[in-house]
Amino acid sequence: MQLTGAEIVMRCLQEEKVDHVFGYPGGSVLHIYDELFKQDKVKHILVRHEQAAVHAADAYSRSSNKVGVALVTSGPGVTNAVTGIATAYCDSIPLVVLTGQVPTYYIGQDAFQECDTVGITRPCVKHNFLVKDVKDLAITLKKAFYLAKTGRPGPVLVDIPKDVSAAKCDFHYPKEITIRSYNPVVKGHSGQIKKAVKLLLEAKRPMIYTGGGVILSDASDKLIKLVRTLGFPITQTLMGLGGYPATDKQNLGMLGMHGTYEANMAMQHCDVLLAIGARFDDRVIGNPDNFGSIPRKIIHVDIDPSSISKRVKVDVPIVGHVPDVLAELLALLEEGQAKPDAKHLAAWWKDIGEWRSKDCLKFPQGDDVIMPQFVVQKLYEVTGGDAFVTSDVGQHQMFAAQYYGFDKPRRWINSGGLGTMGVGLPYAMGVKFANPEATVACVTGEASIQMCIQELSTCKQFRLPLKIINLNNRYLGMVRQWQEMFHGNRYAESYLDSLPDFVKLAESYGHIGMRIEKPADVEPALREAFTKHKNDLVFMDFITDQKANVFPMVAAGKGLSEMILAEDL
Amino acid sequence: MRHIISILIENEAGALSRVAGLFSARGYNIETLTVAPTEDSSLSRMTIVTNGSDDVIEQITKQLNKLVDVVKVVDLSEAPHVERELMLVKVRAAGKDREEMKRMADIFRGRIIDVTETTYVIELTGTSSKLDSFIEALDKALILETVRTGVSGIGRGDRILKI
Repeated sequence: MQLTGAEIVMRCLQEEKVDHVFGYPGGSVLHIYDELFKQDKVKHILVRHEQAAVHAADAYSRSSNKVGVALVTSGPGVTNAVTGIATAYCDSIPLVVLTGQVPTYYIGQDAFQECDTVGITRPCVKHNFLVKDVKDLAITLKKAFYLAKTGRPGPVLVDIPKDVSAAKCDFHYPKEITIRSYNPVVKGHSGQIKKAVKLLLEAKRPMIYTGGGVILSDASDKLIKLVRTLGFPITQTLMGLGGYPATDKQNLGMLGMHGTYEANMAMQHCDVLLAIGARFDDRVIGNPDNFGSIPRKIIHVDIDPSSISKRVKVDVPIVGHVPDVLAELLALLEEGQAKPDAKHLAAWWKDIGEWRSKDCLKFPQGDDVIMPQFVVQKLYEVTGGDAFVTSDVGQHQMFAAQYYGFDKPRRWINSGGLGTMGVGLPYAMGVKFANPEATVACVTGEASIQMCIQELSTCKQFRLPLKIINLNNRYLGMVRQWQEMFHGNRYAESYLDSLPDFVKLAESYGHIGMRIEKPADVEPALREAFTKHKNDLVFMDFITDQKANVFPMVAAGKGLSEMILAEDL
Repeated sequence: MRHIISILIENEAGALSRVAGLFSARGYNIETLTVAPTEDSSLSRMTIVTNGSDDVIEQITKQLNKLVDVVKVVDLSEAPHVERELMLVKVRAAGKDREEMKRMADIFRGRIIDVTETTYVIELTGTSSKLDSFIEALDKALILETVRTGVSGIGRGDRILKI
C-alpha cells in the first residue's frame, strides 16, 4: 500500500516507539500535523516557542535515555530551534529533529519561510539530511534514529520538503541498518585495558574523574562497583553528577571552576588519573598547561576518539563504550586478585581528609536575607534528595550543582557545554513527560527564567505540576560576580531593572505564585509547595542576597589548585 | 609541518561543505583541497594539504573520521607517496618572448595547449614546489593568469586507500 510522506513519518515514529513529540506547527509541516491529528499513538506537546520544543525533547531524553523528538516548521521554526539543537549537541544528547522545508521545486528561490536548514544546522548536529524524494524518507528516518543514539550520541536533523510529505510511495521500515561510513567502536582495546589495570594497581595517589559519558551510557552501576572495588576517590564534572552517589564517602563532589577544594586538589596532586566519559574541558581542568605541568599518568576512556588527547595528553587511551570498558576493567581486577597498595592509599585519603576539612562549601545564613545556597539545601531536604532538578545557567546553576546531592543518574538536567540560559523551564517539562510520577524542580534565576517564560502556558495546558525555584537576586548573578572580581566592580548591564511581579505573572498563567523574603519562611514555603500544592505548578520567587558569590572558584585560565575560597575574602 | 590528508567520502550533496565547515569551525588550515568522484561513483576522493603540529594533525584526522559521511582517512605524508599538482598558466608570448616561453615550457616539461598570436597556455604537472619554481622562473610581467588544481596524492606500492 502506498503511503504519503506524512503518513510515513508517523509510521516511522511509531516503529521507533516514540510516544512524545514536542513541536509547533507551520505551513511546511501541515501534512505531518494532519497525520498526527489522525492517530493517537504519538502524543504531540504544543510548546509556545520552537526553542522550547527542542529543549523539552532534549530533557525528555536526558531524563529517560530515549531519543527525544522535536517537530518544527521551515524558516523561523528552524532558526528558533537552533539554540536547542546546539545545546543538545554540546552535551551529546540523542535527538531527532524533524523540520519542514519549502517544496523541493522552491528550494533556492528565497521562498516564503525558506532557509538553508541543513547549512544552518550543520555545525551543531551529529548529522543532518535533506530528503528530496519520498522513497528515501523511511530509510533516512531509520538512519537518523540509529545515528542519534549510537556511538557518541547527538542530535540528528531531517529536513522534509512539503511536497515530499505529500508525495506517495510504498512503505517499508528496515529493522536493522548499517552505514558503511559509520562504525563506532564499542569494545575497548584489551591490551590498553590491561595497561590501565596495571597503572591503577600501582598508583600511590589515584583519582577517578567521570563525566556525562557515564550518565549517557547508563554506566552508573558499573562505575559504582569499580570505585568501591578499588577504594579510590572519585569526582564528577557538572555533567557527570549523579553518575556516582553524592552521599558516598568516596565521592569528593564536583570538580572544576566551581568544584570542591578536595576534588580539585586531588585532581591536581594525583599520580594516576582514570578519566571516564569526560573531556578535560576548560571549565573542568582550568589551564591545560598548568594541569599538564604536574606529572601524572592519565587513562582516558571515551567513545569518541577525538575527545582523547584533545586538550590534555593521555598515556593510556581506551576508545570504547563506557559500560563495556568498565565491565572489562572489573573482570580483570577480579581475575587478577591484586589489590591497590593499602598503605599508600591510606596516606592519600589522609591528605584528602585534610583538604575536606576546609569545608569549602560552608556559607553564612543570617536571619534577615536569604542566601541562595540555603534555598537549595532546603530544597534537598524537603524533596528527600530524590527530585529531578533542572536548572538554567548562572550562579543558581552552580548552587544547585553544589548543594543538591544527586545520588542517582539522570536526575540533574542542565546545559553544561553550551550554557544556554532559558533551558530550565522547558527542561522541567520534558522531564515531567518522561517521568510523569516524579517530583520535578526547576532551579532558576530571574534572568534565565524570562528567556523561556512563555512555556508557563504550555505547563498550564498540560497541567504540569512543576516547582519553579526562582533565586531572585535582581542581578545577572554570574556576570555580576565576574565584574566584581575581574572588572573593578563595574556592573555593566548586569542589573535587572523592571522585573515583573512573578507571583502575579504565575497567577495570570493560571498557576500558584509565592514570594519568600525571609530565611525562616524558606522551608515552610517549600513544604507547602511540595505537599499542599503537589499537583499544581508553583512559582516560588525567593528574594535572595544580591552579593552572594559562587565559591570555590578557579578563575578562567588559572590552574586547579589556584582556587579562591569564600574564607579567603 | 605540512601534511597531505586523503579522504574517501560519500559522494553526496553537502559532503564537501561538511569537511570545509569542520576546518573553518575548528580553525584548521587548508592550503589546497581537491575533490572528485572515484571509479566507484558513490564515493569521492578528497586530498587536503594542511599545516599543523602533530597534535593538530591528530585532531584533524580524528575529527574527519567523526564526520558521518567520511568512509576513510589517511595521512599520506606519514609514508612514501607521490603527489602531483596541475597548473595552467596563460602567458604573453609575442615577439622575442615567444621563443623564450616555449623554451621555458620545455625545460619544465610543460606542454603548450593553447596558442594565439600573442599568448600561450602552458600546462604543467608536478609537485607544488616544481610549479612554484616555474612561476619564479618566468618574467612576472608576462604572466597573464594562473590556475592550479591543488595537490592530489597517492601512496606508493601496496598502500591502498579503498573500501
